[in-house]
Amino acid sequence: MSDAPILRIQGLEVQVAEEDLPILKGVDLEINSGEIHAIMGPNGSGKSTLAKALAGHPGYEVTSGSVEFRGEDLLELETDERSLAGVFLAFQYPVEIPGVSIANFLRTAVQAHLPEGEELDIFDYSDQLIERMTMLDMDVAFAERHVNDGFSGGEKKRNEILQMAMLRPKLALMDETDSGLDIDALKIVAEGVNKLKAEDPEMSVLLITHYQRLLDYIKPDHVHVMVDGRIVQSGGPEVALELEADGYKVFEDAAAETARA
Amino acid sequence: MPQNETIQDLNLDEYKYDFVTKSEPKFRAEKGLSEDVVRQISQHKDEPQWMLDFRLKALEVYESKPMPKWGGDLDGLEGVLDEIYFYVRPQDQMERSWDDVPDEIKDTFEKLGIPEAERKILAGVGAQYESEMVYHSLRKEWEDAGVIFDSIEDGLKNHPELFREYFGTVIPTGDNKFSAMNSAVWSGGSFVYIPKDVSLDTPLQAYFRVNQERMGQFERTLIIVDEGAQAHYIEGCTAPVYSTESFHSGVIEIIVKKNARFRYTTIQNWSNNMYNLVTQRAIVEEGGHMEWLDGNLGSKLTMKYPSCYLMGPHAHGEILSIAYSGDGQHQDTGGKVIHAAPYTTSSIVSKSISKGHGRSTYRGLCKVYEGAHHSRSNVECDALLIDETSRTDTYPYIEIEEDDASIGHEASVSKIGEEQLFYLMSRGISEVEAMAMIVRGFIEPIAKELPLEYAVELNRLIELEMEGSVG
Ligand SMILES: Nc1ncnc2c1ncn2[C@@H]1O[C@H](COP(=O)(O)OP(=O)(O)OP(=O)(O)O)[C@@H](O)[C@H]1O
Ligand SMILES: [Mg+2]
Repeated sequence: MSDAPILRIQGLEVQVAEEDLPILKGVDLEINSGEIHAIMGPNGSGKSTLAKALAGHPGYEVTSGSVEFRGEDLLELETDERSLAGVFLAFQYPVEIPGVSIANFLRTAVQAHLPEGEELDIFDYSDQLIERMTMLDMDVAFAERHVNDGFSGGEKKRNEILQMAMLRPKLALMDETDSGLDIDALKIVAEGVNKLKAEDPEMSVLLITHYQRLLDYIKPDHVHVMVDGRIVQSGGPEVALELEADGYKVFEDAAAETARA
Repeated sequence: MPQNETIQDLNLDEYKYDFVTKSEPKFRAEKGLSEDVVRQISQHKDEPQWMLDFRLKALEVYESKPMPKWGGDLDGLEGVLDEIYFYVRPQDQMERSWDDVPDEIKDTFEKLGIPEAERKILAGVGAQYESEMVYHSLRKEWEDAGVIFDSIEDGLKNHPELFREYFGTVIPTGDNKFSAMNSAVWSGGSFVYIPKDVSLDTPLQAYFRVNQERMGQFERTLIIVDEGAQAHYIEGCTAPVYSTESFHSGVIEIIVKKNARFRYTTIQNWSNNMYNLVTQRAIVEEGGHMEWLDGNLGSKLTMKYPSCYLMGPHAHGEILSIAYSGDGQHQDTGGKVIHAAPYTTSSIVSKSISKGHGRSTYRGLCKVYEGAHHSRSNVECDALLIDETSRTDTYPYIEIEEDDASIGHEASVSKIGEEQLFYLMSRGISEVEAMAMIVRGFIEPIAKELPLEYAVELNRLIELEMEGSVG
């Protein structure tokens, strides 16, 4: 673990593009290389918006602030370039791509991540895919299924982590990967993430979650609370435990106070 | 992965069939359609009197029928027909060996990869150039098994009884204006007979090439699949790009006898100056199984609705089609299934992709006659629009006279979604590749049925088209 920030977000304001609807109202966040951060917060507070804005969703427009990723201006990069630079978003609601098999989709993605001019070795790729699927306790035949098409909620989430395991990002944004997973699946997925982390201790993780349970398996270094488009509290793992006990009420009241003022 | 290699081998420039061969035809009838032209065609083919009479009668029928008012825009067609050549005879005889085909013509088919495909994967090949079949051959083992795969002209000459028994019985002259036109001026096409219980394990292929400008091609194909036999026939078509319009109007008649199975695959990739108005129909007898696999990628306007007439109990008909309409193209396609016997089943799956100012129309008919009890039919048509300017329409006609029949119909229109693009791109996949991937996924249920080289070709085309669409 080093102390160089991998991600530095300053005063980030984001609105729904073409709608003038501000959602993030000044987010500051720094993640050092190798750290695990968690963001918690009530429904609709802007957690997914933050994750999608970082991944470069064209539906969200950054109106103010800056994001530096490994010393580079992340906001200058296109969506695909952000992925190539090492950002990965595990979607809260993964998207269905009918007719495209997981194997084919991942092959294209892994190929895109290779240096210019380098050809993917199809045998290495297959070995790797099988190894990763086994790690996540997935049936190898699943690779022939069409991406997220007809998947159960839990299967979709597991498939997100499979993609993450194949692409080995530097920064993993995991948006409610735990919701929809049964208790055993949660354990398997969490172990998978910890294994990736062990393979690359420099990998940083930003977990978005509503539940302490995930944090029992993937231990965060820092926990942040987001309310109404702002981070209103940051601290250690104890913050999550306090939330579990007390809920968001005190933060929401404070946010309402600020809004009135 | 052989598939990838092939894609890279291909030249990713424009429409790759846009090359013209310099060759002097042996004979060319005067422009336009007239009784004279019809007589000349018949004379060049040295036909029996009954065929000349058949043609002349058809010409009358053609002239008596108005231009269809439905379907695509045929307003300019009359002017086009006055300017095209209805009969161009490229050489005097059909050859059975590529060595005997004149070099210029042989080169054309070499460029299209036909002789190579023949060596590798086909049971037999026919090649039509302008108005005539210039080459036809069938593997010896199938010839020995009694399979007939010939030009339609040789079918008439060498198997007159069989020919006359079926010719014009599936699609009567007066079926529509263009079947009447074809009946008057038909030239080229295949005559196929698969004897009882013979199963061809590799496809027969016919390739249609229009080379000269202002050309009309009118092939006529007659296929008889005898009881218990099985075969697959593939048809491919291309032409160079000219600024004037050309015209193609085929008639394909198929008889699938008791318990026989037949598949007819078309990959039509005409240049975008081609009117393509084709009538294709199969009669399916008891327990028979007919599949039309129809890919319409090229042409200016295509109007084509492959049909299955299910005449015996337990007959099955299937129509799978993909249409692609780019700028200036209209694909008006679909299918017809007629249930005329009990326990008959059918399915139509139609997928279209429209881009730019392209337009795709699905037009289909499902008819169940009284007495065709326990019939089942399912129709599914899905349209994908690439951008705001493209257009799609659906005209599904359903006529049911039998209470005990089950008919399903589903239609969908979708656009390439921002969420899908974002999802793929967030994995490092470029926008062009992401779009191509979504389109390929959309047609996957049909593409996976295609012979490999056609599937590769289809993917290549989509890749190309998507490159032009990312702004
Ligand atoms: N494309 C959009 N159009 C309109 N409103 C949007 C859009 N995207 C997000 N919003 C709104 O922005 C707010 C924040 O949404 P976001 O999805 O970021 O919340 P969240 O914190 O992830 O919530 P949850 O915990 O329920 O997942 C919500 O009020 C949501 O309705
Ligand atoms: Mg969310």
